[in-house]
Amino acid sequence: MQLKGLLSTSALALAFTAQAALAETELRMMWYNDGIEGEVMQGLLDRFEEANPDIKVTLDVVPYKAIIESLPIQLAAGEGPDIARVTDLGGLSDFYMDLTPHLADTDYWRASFGPFLSWLAPDSDAIPGFMTQLSVTGPYVNKTLFEQAGVELPGEGATWDDYATAVNAVAEALDIPIPMAWDRSGHRVSGPAISMGAQMFDPAGEPALVDDGLKAMAQRLYDWHQDGTMSKELWGSVSGSTYLGANEDFANAQVVMYMSGSWQIPQFAEQIGDGFDWWAVPAPCGPAACSGMPGGAALVAIKDTEHPEEVGKLMDWLAQEEQLAEFYGKTLFIPGHLGLAESGVEFDTDDPRAQHALATFSAAVPGISPVAFDLQGYANNRVMFNALISRLNEAIVGELTLDQAYERMSDDVTKQLAEKSR
Amino acid sequence: MAQTDHAEHDTSSLSDRLTALAAWPVHLVFRLLEWPFAALQRLVGIRRMPWLFLAPNLVFFGLFVVIPLFINFAFSLTGGTQLFLSDRPFVGTEQYGFLLDCETFGDPVTCREDRFWKGIYNTATFIFFQVSFMVLFSLITALILNREIRGRGFFRAVFFFPVLLSPVVVALIWKWILLRDGILNAFLVSIGLDKILFFVSPEWSMFWAIFVSIWAHMGFYTLILLAGLQAIPPDLYEAAEMDGTRPERVFWRITLPLLWPNLLVVVVLALIKGVQIFDEVFVLTGGGPGTATQFIVQYIYNTGFTDQVQNFGLAAAASVVLGVVLFFLTMAQLAATRRRDDG
Repeated sequence: MQLKGLLSTSALALAFTAQAALAETELRMMWYNDGIEGEVMQGLLDRFEEANPDIKVTLDVVPYKAIIESLPIQLAAGEGPDIARVTDLGGLSDFYMDLTPHLADTDYWRASFGPFLSWLAPDSDAIPGFMTQLSVTGPYVNKTLFEQAGVELPGEGATWDDYATAVNAVAEALDIPIPMAWDRSGHRVSGPAISMGAQMFDPAGEPALVDDGLKAMAQRLYDWHQDGTMSKELWGSVSGSTYLGANEDFANAQVVMYMSGSWQIPQFAEQIGDGFDWWAVPAPCGPAACSGMPGGAALVAIKDTEHPEEVGKLMDWLAQEEQLAEFYGKTLFIPGHLGLAESGVEFDTDDPRAQHALATFSAAVPGISPVAFDLQGYANNRVMFNALISRLNEAIVGELTLDQAYERMSDDVTKQLAEKSR
Repeated sequence: MAQTDHAEHDTSSLSDRLTALAAWPVHLVFRLLEWPFAALQRLVGIRRMPWLFLAPNLVFFGLFVVIPLFINFAFSLTGGTQLFLSDRPFVGTEQYGFLLDCETFGDPVTCREDRFWKGIYNTATFIFFQVSFMVLFSLITALILNREIRGRGFFRAVFFFPVLLSPVVVALIWKWILLRDGILNAFLVSIGLDKILFFVSPEWSMFWAIFVSIWAHMGFYTLILLAGLQAIPPDLYEAAEMDGTRPERVFWRITLPLLWPNLLVVVVLALIKGVQIFDEVFVLTGGGPGTATQFIVQYIYNTGFTDQVQNFGLAAAASVVLGVVLFFLTMAQLAATRRRDDG
């Protein structure tokens, strides 16, 4: 018995040693999760490792905050991972590796990811990675509450003011604490501001955050916080550009309308399910457009990797249609692959609410304003988003007047860009 | 009787032998080290030997405190967003100029770096109330725990317990209590009152930041004061009692003057901790609402790390300003400690 045990242990040890010897290259992929995408990616990586026993890929799952705050410092120090999932698409472009020499078919990449490659490489025609998801910002409503309150859901072409009136009527009728909630994020505010006419850039293409369009939306947000349409608890309860979502409040039916984006679909499908009808609605309109903001997350190769060839091999394998169809289908993410977007992805859900939301956000893509695409493609867009949300918040809680906030927004953008250009 | 003596002798000799056995490796180490240290002492002289023993600690202190201090100062004289000092352009005292660029120092809105000044004013407000109430409550608690009350040991442990908790845990516990659907609001509703959105109000947020900080750290200062109280000779109180002195007079004429050096240490230590406040409040209020509870350390953190353009130079300059304040407070603490030791 003892001998048998010893033999088994030795065999196991040998197997591990053999595997370690075979896996000559270890790649590290820094990843964050919105939903189940980490599990789906791990499944794909396991398959890749089976087909490529000389490459081991470790998926380092970190909080989203680490992607935003720690990753840039790691990259600047040359200590980053080999591959990372990022949302500051253009802001980190200096640290991306051009995969072009390592790809089997660059034409496939350009045909499949063309418009998004310029988000990742604003100043060149490099191919640093691909979109793990395309996202579109837009609102969800609790349709069940509308039905219970007997209030008609605003239809196609409705404005933000129409929605504000309707959600207040629902909240009043059913004693719901928060009629409307928005993610605390400059990115979320930008789409509606563009719908109001915000241009975001001057004719020379330089950032010009504050104009009449932005002021029109900012004024509304300010007023809604003062009259109770929006709760100060979400935006007012933290400082600076800290992100806060109202997804839990919405899932607990404490919010009638929630301005967020398509990435919430898998989470709502899992958390809310058929608890109530969570319903994605088209982006409300302003005088200039009915636009949300495009965005998303991308998987990019990092230039300081010691294994560029293996990174290229892995990225090329992951970016193939078969793998991505599985990834988008299981994660319920809007495809960032043009071929799949056109042919359609078979989403792994029979939830009619999730299917409706996916259809709504997909249908919103053609209506996205070109200004929104330009803003998303601008490498320093987070400087603008952060200035917008932090200063608007200071006005909402009464520390600044709106005019002072506008002045500070412009100053913040100017100061930070000047510092960056030194 | 002789048998008992014999047994005691046996037990004692066994214990001695066990002690000797346990000490044997220590003796061995000392003997092995004796020769090199004796040689070293002959080489450097006996007066330099303490430095030799301090050297390992000094190396770590130098590596992780002194050198970073100089690097930080060097960063404060540079601009740009590059991480490595060698890549960063030298800008002289420009970053300090940005920090001090104010039309009216009393009004942060008129300052170029308004959030820096807001952080300074918030920190000043915080330490004024936090230190005052911390010292007051610690003193009252120490006075009570110094008396012969039932369950004194238990209460001493209860007051000290929060000191053992991590600041993040402390903040999370209180956050859960104070949220819209937290325990405190549930209690308010149960007695017929309305819910209070504590973290939406600047005044409530500052109040809870101060309260939670006092709750978390009071035990430590209470312990220092308790030690001071127990060092006061009891015969002074006995003499006062025999003279029929009123308790208030005993407090003002005996307790307070003799406790004064300890109180001074507590005040200075609390001031230093107050200026450094960050983690608890960051988790509890996130610095909000607006910038109502954003303190100076959070300003440094945000400027250096959370903005897309990470302005290490400005953050380093603000750190130097904070360092100067802490230096003077530490000097005050050292002076207070010396005075206590001399007195």
